[in-house]
Amino acid sequence: MNAFVRLTDITRRFASVPPLTERLAKRLTGAKASATVIHAVEGVTLQIAKGETLGLVGESGCGKSTLGRVAAGILEASMGAAELAGEAVMSAGRKRTTRIQMVFQDPFASLNPRMRVGDIIAEGPLAHGLISKADAKSDVTRWLAAVGLDASAARRFPHQFSGGQRQRVAVARALAMRPDALVCDEPVASLDVSIQAQIINLFLKLRRELDLTMLFISHDLAVVRHVSDRVAIMYLGRIVEIGPTEAIFAAPRHPYTRALLDSAPRLAADGAPDQDIRPIRGELPSPADPPPGCAFHQRCTFAQHRCIEERPLLRSMDGTQEAACHFPLGIQHER
Amino acid sequence: MSASRNVLATASPFQRFVIEFGESPVAVVAVAVLALIILLALAAPLIAPQNPYDLSTLVLTDARRPPGYVGSNGFTHWLGTDAQGRDLFSAILYGLRISIQVGLAAGAIAFTLGATLGTLAGFVGGRVETLIMRIIDLQLSFPAILLALVLAAVLGQGKWQLIAALVTAQYAYFARTAHGAATAERAKDYVEAGLSIPLSSARVAFAHVLPNCMPPLIVVATVQVANSIALEATLSFLGLGLPVSEPSLGMLIANGFQYMLSGRYWISIYPGIALIALIVVINLVGDRIRDQLNPRLKR
Amino acid sequence: MSPLLQVRGLVTQFHTRDGIASAVDGVSFDVGAGEIVGLVGESGSGKSVTGYSILGLIDPPGRIAAGSIKLDGRELVGLSHRRYRAVRGRRIAMVFQDPMSTLNAVLRVSEQMQLAMQAHGKPSPDQMRQRSVEALAKVGMPDPEHRLDAYPHQLSGGMRQRVAIAIAFLNHPELVICDEPTTALDVSIQAQILVEMRALVRDARVSLIWISHDLATVSVLASRLLVMYAGRLIEQGPTAEVLRRPRHPYTQGLIDSLPSRAAPGRDLIQIPGATPSLTDLPTGCAFKARCGYATSACDTPPPETFDNGRVWRCFNPLNVNTVATGSQ
Repeated sequence: MNAFVRLTDITRRFASVPPLTERLAKRLTGAKASATVIHAVEGVTLQIAKGETLGLVGESGCGKSTLGRVAAGILEASMGAAELAGEAVMSAGRKRTTRIQMVFQDPFASLNPRMRVGDIIAEGPLAHGLISKADAKSDVTRWLAAVGLDASAARRFPHQFSGGQRQRVAVARALAMRPDALVCDEPVASLDVSIQAQIINLFLKLRRELDLTMLFISHDLAVVRHVSDRVAIMYLGRIVEIGPTEAIFAAPRHPYTRALLDSAPRLAADGAPDQDIRPIRGELPSPADPPPGCAFHQRCTFAQHRCIEERPLLRSMDGTQEAACHFPLGIQHER
Repeated sequence: MSASRNVLATASPFQRFVIEFGESPVAVVAVAVLALIILLALAAPLIAPQNPYDLSTLVLTDARRPPGYVGSNGFTHWLGTDAQGRDLFSAILYGLRISIQVGLAAGAIAFTLGATLGTLAGFVGGRVETLIMRIIDLQLSFPAILLALVLAAVLGQGKWQLIAALVTAQYAYFARTAHGAATAERAKDYVEAGLSIPLSSARVAFAHVLPNCMPPLIVVATVQVANSIALEATLSFLGLGLPVSEPSLGMLIANGFQYMLSGRYWISIYPGIALIALIVVINLVGDRIRDQLNPRLKR
Repeated sequence: MSPLLQVRGLVTQFHTRDGIASAVDGVSFDVGAGEIVGLVGESGSGKSVTGYSILGLIDPPGRIAAGSIKLDGRELVGLSHRRYRAVRGRRIAMVFQDPMSTLNAVLRVSEQMQLAMQAHGKPSPDQMRQRSVEALAKVGMPDPEHRLDAYPHQLSGGMRQRVAIAIAFLNHPELVICDEPTTALDVSIQAQILVEMRALVRDARVSLIWISHDLATVSVLASRLLVMYAGRLIEQGPTAEVLRRPRHPYTQGLIDSLPSRAAPGRDLIQIPGATPSLTDLPTGCAFKARCGYATSACDTPPPETFDNGRVWRCFNPLNVNTVATGSQ
């Protein structure tokens, strides 16, 4: 595949180091200074082809948001490389390209409440010399129109808009930088269902018109299924399954994927409710304290000894699908 | 109602703030009185019957005269005269002028210095933050008046020395408030969004975060301006701060003290009332601003 | 057999800068004993305010302006604070969305459960401990004995919510109202809690009102659905029927908006526009500006139409073969 977005062996850990004064105090009193390390992302390798949308699914603590931020150049990876069209996204702690932009989850928090919408959208392009001051106004109008907002919105403040409209502004801000790729971190999670549909349609339209490459992060399987060409499922910092959307949804290989699909309530095509949901037992493990072997083994109905001892690597299942499991579903042992 | 709602809707945060401010009668009266005082103080050279700095206009025989006394120069001393023969009304006007000048100047400089330091500390974090905030903590552990006294004694008398002392005593309050607000704002998505474009850290810190830290800073500013005025008056009362040739309200009060029991109350009382009025009015305005900005009181 | 909860013509209003907002505007419904009812709507629909109104938790600048709420025949609207407190927690309990704000961060789980029990009785410490352990075990809390001594911040989101649910069920209420209890939780944890709730409600023979914006989640538990829009109850009926053949265009629009309803990559059928502001509602049907089936009749507020367990407020309903209007 001709990878446009290439993430190679990305590892990102967060160490919560107590502040200097606390460390000094602990040293003086002889108490042990501890630092917890959170393994947010561990050894993730991903590629997204130009014009493709990769959906990234997972629950709390799986690292999808962290991975998205590494891809977008907001966070630097502890190890590994994030590249866009062959060049590194970040170096020496700073983002080096504007060609990949991010849309955040909370439209209420991601816009500066004290800036007018027009200024919010024009700020980036002006700062990077993409447009001149004279062109700013018409440029803003163009991007507002692209997201379905009227030109008069430029003079208003974020608080004067509804959640869906604010998210449109956030998308316009990202688009104004003329990116080739977008990372969308749960862009519709905070929105009402009916508004969600509008914003999803907006993303589909923009993708078609602007030939955008997208990394679409969501916990909502139905949304991801709808917009993505390929899907990757993350669990505790690692990718456990990846492949074409329909293949994954029709025949998941990893027990976690299967269990996730089974536990999400959904309505059938004729509207009938799904009253038969089968929950996964157990709690989500903490990224500060990952279980040995396969991270999912404590909750997996098919776990065996090997799963505790040896961490399974991602391997190809049948060409297009990959899963990290010693006993993938539908292929080998099925209990 | 609909029209005003539309105005409210398209107004900037600042304009909304002003409109809401106007809804409290106490605050409106306080602002009006404050504006009057400032106007009087600014116009002092024009309206004061006598220039209290000009020692040549002072007539000693007119000293310690009660209010209403007609002096040798022919004009009425509405509030009486002080121990040197100064017309008290003029002296108070000029005194207010000094108080406001010093208070505002010290407040503005302390604000700028403190807000910048605090925002920097809150935004950057790490060792820089620790260093700056420990210095601030150290400074805050000294009572402001002690600090101001020591500095005024060391720096000597004079308006700018006084302002320097006041700034040193007060910038730490701004820094601490700015640091707290900046730390909270730093965690918000719009900061991350700005940094991810990428916009420079300096730009995000000072053009995005700092404006959003304004609400608590403005509250501190009103309190600190009032404090500056009170501190200046205290220092002048004690003989430090401004020289005798520039009659600040504190100095006037000090001069009149010895005459209180002998019945010549006006020499201390009127400057005292003027000082109190100024400080109270600033505090009332500050209270209203603080209530308006308190998110928990939002209906 | 009369229903456990009878709400008739409930109107709850709030005084805002821009006028009076009727967050709940003439809502009527019943909840039977042991029944699970789903109250569905988007933000601004009034679903949460309905729940708070039933529990008497509406404080100024809000108030219940009209209507009646009867629990087992006894009127709740207008009850004094003291009397309501005897009802709240004892006969009706509530579970809120964010357990971190409902649980007291400085008290251990055991202490919070004790407070709940002591509010409505005088059990001995041993009794309280035992009841607490049982209650936690019933909501599927792993290792309940140890969890009892934990502080809320030491528990995960799902566990905290289980504690909140356990507290709600402690005093054996007749009705439990849950306001978006699983919205903030992960899918897998949500699934666990849904299944646990279903068992809990069945065993305790409690009635449940589940408030949510998530149609699919509510439908797992609820036998009846109530759909709200802009403060009005616009559709009621058995869950499967409302979802399969909705009568109100908004309900249909809500179902169509779900991504699972469209072929992947194709545009979703979206409801145009946005919910109107409650202080600026149009005359007549609140949905008419966004409705594809609106006619001039919709300029008057549509009355309730009843038909065999289904209720709707629409002059141009969908999926109706015979126009069966009638009053009850």
